[in-house]
Amino acid sequence: MTLNALNANVPEGPIEKKWDTRRFEMKLVNPANKRKYKVIVVGSGLAGGSAAASMAELGYDVDCFCYQDSPRRAHSIAAQGGINAAKNYQNDGDSVWRLFYDTVKGGDYRAREANVYRLAQISVNIIDQCVAQGVPFAREYGGTLANRSFGGAQVSRTFYARGQTGQQLLLGAYQSLERQIGAGKVKMHPRTEMLDLVVVDGRARGIITRDLVTGKIEAHAADAVVLGTGGYGNVFYLSTNAKGCNTTAIWRAHKRGAHFANPCFTQIHPTCIPVAGDYQSKLTLMSESLRNDGRIWVPLKAGDTRKASDIPEGERDYYLERRYPAFGNLVPRDVASRAAKLACDEGRGVGPGGRGVYLDFAESIGRLGEAMIRERYGNLFDMYERITGENPYQVPMRIYPAIHYTMGGLWVDYDLMSTIPGMFVIGEANFSDHGANRLGASALMQGLADGYFILPYTIGNYLAQSKGPKIDASHAAFKDAVKGVTATTDKLLASKGKRTVDSFHRELGLLMWEACGMARNEAGLTAALEKIPQIRAEFWKDVILPSGGAEMNQELEKAGRVADFLELGELMCFDALQRNESCGGHFREEHVETEGANKGEAKRDDDNYCYAAAWEYKGPDERQALHKEPLTFDNVHLTQRDYK
Amino acid sequence: MTRTFSLTLHVWRQKSAKQAGQFAKYIAANVSEHMSFLEMLDVVNQDLLAKGEDPIAFDHDCREGICGSCGFMVNGDAHGGHRGTTICQLHMRHFKDGEELWLEPWRSAAFPIVKDLAVDRGAFDRIIASGGFVSVPTGSAVDGNAIPVPKTEADLAMDAAACIGCGACVAMCPNSAAQLFTAAKVGHLGLLPQGQPERDRRVLAMVGQMTAEGFGHCTSTGECEAVCPKEIPIAFIARMNRDYLEASVKERPQANRGGSG
Ligand SMILES: Cc1cc2nc3c(=O)[nH]c(=O)nc-3n(C[C@H](O)[C@H](O)[C@H](O)COP(=O)(O)OP(=O)(O)OC[C@H]3O[C@@H](n4cnc5c(N)ncnc54)[C@H](O)[C@@H]3O)c2cc1C
Ligand code: FES
Repeated sequence: MTLNALNANVPEGPIEKKWDTRRFEMKLVNPANKRKYKVIVVGSGLAGGSAAASMAELGYDVDCFCYQDSPRRAHSIAAQGGINAAKNYQNDGDSVWRLFYDTVKGGDYRAREANVYRLAQISVNIIDQCVAQGVPFAREYGGTLANRSFGGAQVSRTFYARGQTGQQLLLGAYQSLERQIGAGKVKMHPRTEMLDLVVVDGRARGIITRDLVTGKIEAHAADAVVLGTGGYGNVFYLSTNAKGCNTTAIWRAHKRGAHFANPCFTQIHPTCIPVAGDYQSKLTLMSESLRNDGRIWVPLKAGDTRKASDIPEGERDYYLERRYPAFGNLVPRDVASRAAKLACDEGRGVGPGGRGVYLDFAESIGRLGEAMIRERYGNLFDMYERITGENPYQVPMRIYPAIHYTMGGLWVDYDLMSTIPGMFVIGEANFSDHGANRLGASALMQGLADGYFILPYTIGNYLAQSKGPKIDASHAAFKDAVKGVTATTDKLLASKGKRTVDSFHRELGLLMWEACGMARNEAGLTAALEKIPQIRAEFWKDVILPSGGAEMNQELEKAGRVADFLELGELMCFDALQRNESCGGHFREEHVETEGANKGEAKRDDDNYCYAAAWEYKGPDERQALHKEPLTFDNVHLTQRDYK
Repeated sequence: MTRTFSLTLHVWRQKSAKQAGQFAKYIAANVSEHMSFLEMLDVVNQDLLAKGEDPIAFDHDCREGICGSCGFMVNGDAHGGHRGTTICQLHMRHFKDGEELWLEPWRSAAFPIVKDLAVDRGAFDRIIASGGFVSVPTGSAVDGNAIPVPKTEADLAMDAAACIGCGACVAMCPNSAAQLFTAAKVGHLGLLPQGQPERDRRVLAMVGQMTAEGFGHCTSTGECEAVCPKEIPIAFIARMNRDYLEASVKERPQANRGGSG
């Protein structure tokens, strides 16, 4: 049994009323019955953590999983800049409608309007909830909440807690989760990795996991499964994601029937610390909020190797301010990233290797004083100095774009349910709200909207109507899945080739960055599509792993994840190749404006590509089938994005 | 010019909590000054793998000093002993050619060793579960600006809330006390108006849980503050002790039931 795969299931009526309509239509689970329903939540980030806590509060019997040693360490912890909400506390003309509009436009018209509108509506509740939990947001002297503006917006709607907003929001969700764990309402499984999804009679009924300390492979049955497992940016090896971020949970669910939408929509963040050497293990983001007070520039002339301080004003090119006078340094991420790449391609990059541009605070320090800059960004400046050994109060930072976020993910309907009934996907793991480009400070908002305020309702609607038989882990489907996972694990453990997991991961990452990164073209993608299956075959033949299966084995963990990236990478290139247009983070060099004021800017093709591409898995080495969800824009009219 | 050099490492190797451990010696060659400490270990591990040996296990994830996963002792100092720096953020430019480094896991009865340099810090989660929260179910909040918080209080609360739960404070304390960790949460929530209704109950429950987990007693040596990568001041411990005393005096029988959700 499958649902009509690409029916987005959006309620009728005007956009402002859709969410109310849906909430009213929903079937409810009797409060006394909720504890009889077991719900599995994989992930303890903003999305998973908030969902697990909220569902336990409602009375469901929740099991929550994460691969770290504590739910508090999910990668949401690393978000720095802030979270958006349409509170209009600054009285600068913000509204739910404006946040909705900015997000649809920022996503380059490749997101589903109804979802985005709901996100903007809910944004205000999120701030209230987090404040009540004791999240120490920045305050004005009068005691009210402070705001700042963020890339892609002209109003001040971003709430923040120094440069540690993600940490504080996650700790808020984590504390709520721990409250439920302490009360016995949530069973937490840290250091446990999901390795397969179990589908019985067409419905998601559980997962298979490996205990990362003992190596034990276990089956867990439930009435519904929620994946809040984060993004897959690590397919590029170097990214701003944590080392453990992976695609394994969603990829294996994909192989069990969940369509994967817009895999090629990845976001490159313009402000990261440039690569220093080939041992580099990850890239570090410098929050985009820095663009509020920092000015981006490169030397006017190519090949200028003078120190920044020796280059006079007249010989500097503040290229964002020049090309986009209305938004200046605050243009959306994709625009800022490509402009940096262009400057470096022209030979005007700075620092070792010439892949860097300056982010300069001299003027703000002059205007606001060093103390104010320290108060706003102190921890980011410290972090920069720790990594590079340079003091950004004295010399400009050097930054370069890096992979940061994945807009693509498992396809979900309006209720956040995947194409497998009973499996819901929340947070960065789904594809829902950001189209082809995500605006700053809106991922935290989406993760918490999904987890606190959407999923807890929509899952009830599903459970109230799904009269599946009670199933436990002794069912044959679980036994088969355990067998499959055990076989793959044993195969990896037995592999005694010559190359390490990391060497394969690096090779794939470099290829993806070149072919499917900041700029893409047909020749590069076609070549990558030939190369990836070769690397994959080589991996299974020649990877080397230590043998210990019944103990902590970090190489084994990595190997499983890289095996999945080697499959996902191919789908990403394929998706990028079929999308013959440029939109948001997907920049196809063949599709640019050739004349007029926007010459060289990305060119969308709304006649042919105004859809979400959802891919159906067809078997190993089979070409995946494309399903299209047409996108209609009844409220925000399709226009070319213009930040000039 | 990038400086490269080599180091001698003595690394604690222990297969699991149940087996005995010992130091093993490795040479880290071609260390670049721009590497992070963990990147240096990555390179050592790649060499071990190539030789068919078991790589060194250590916890890490974000590698930017915020998740709190990483942490071990370097020559007796938690996170290598550089002010405000986790081991993942410590760069090799601070080391000299030919140095000998002894790497050991956090040592505390409350943090059993999982493997090599990785330990189990579940006790911290249980301290939070006992009362380190505001009981506010989703949906029951008032408007954000309905709860004004003076900026100075909010800033101080943020200083405490910055704790990453890495465990360095416990590892560095001669008594293996978890006072700084616990006090940071008690202080963060106790400073804010939102935290007041459960203030007494919270401190009693969290201190109770801390003791039950087998952490030692605080004798105010100050080692924790010195090594905390987030530089959380020891003054929060004094604050917690005050709160605890006050709450104990006021304590009525039911106040003990922290963590009942
Ligand atoms: C450096 C950085 C800065 C950012 N700054 C901002 C910002 O300022 N504002 C903003 O809005 N957004 C920001 N983002 C984006 C935002 O932080 C993320 O998109 C968001 O936090 C993702 O939350 P999540 O809950 O979906 O996933 P995560 O927080 O990544 O959580 C994933 C969870 O799933 C678990 N998991 C994953 N795979 C498995 C598996 N196979 N088995 C078991 N468990 C698994 C993990 O253990 C973890 O608990 C930033 C991102 C980065 C990387
Ligand atoms: S790895 Fe996250 S703090 Fe060091």
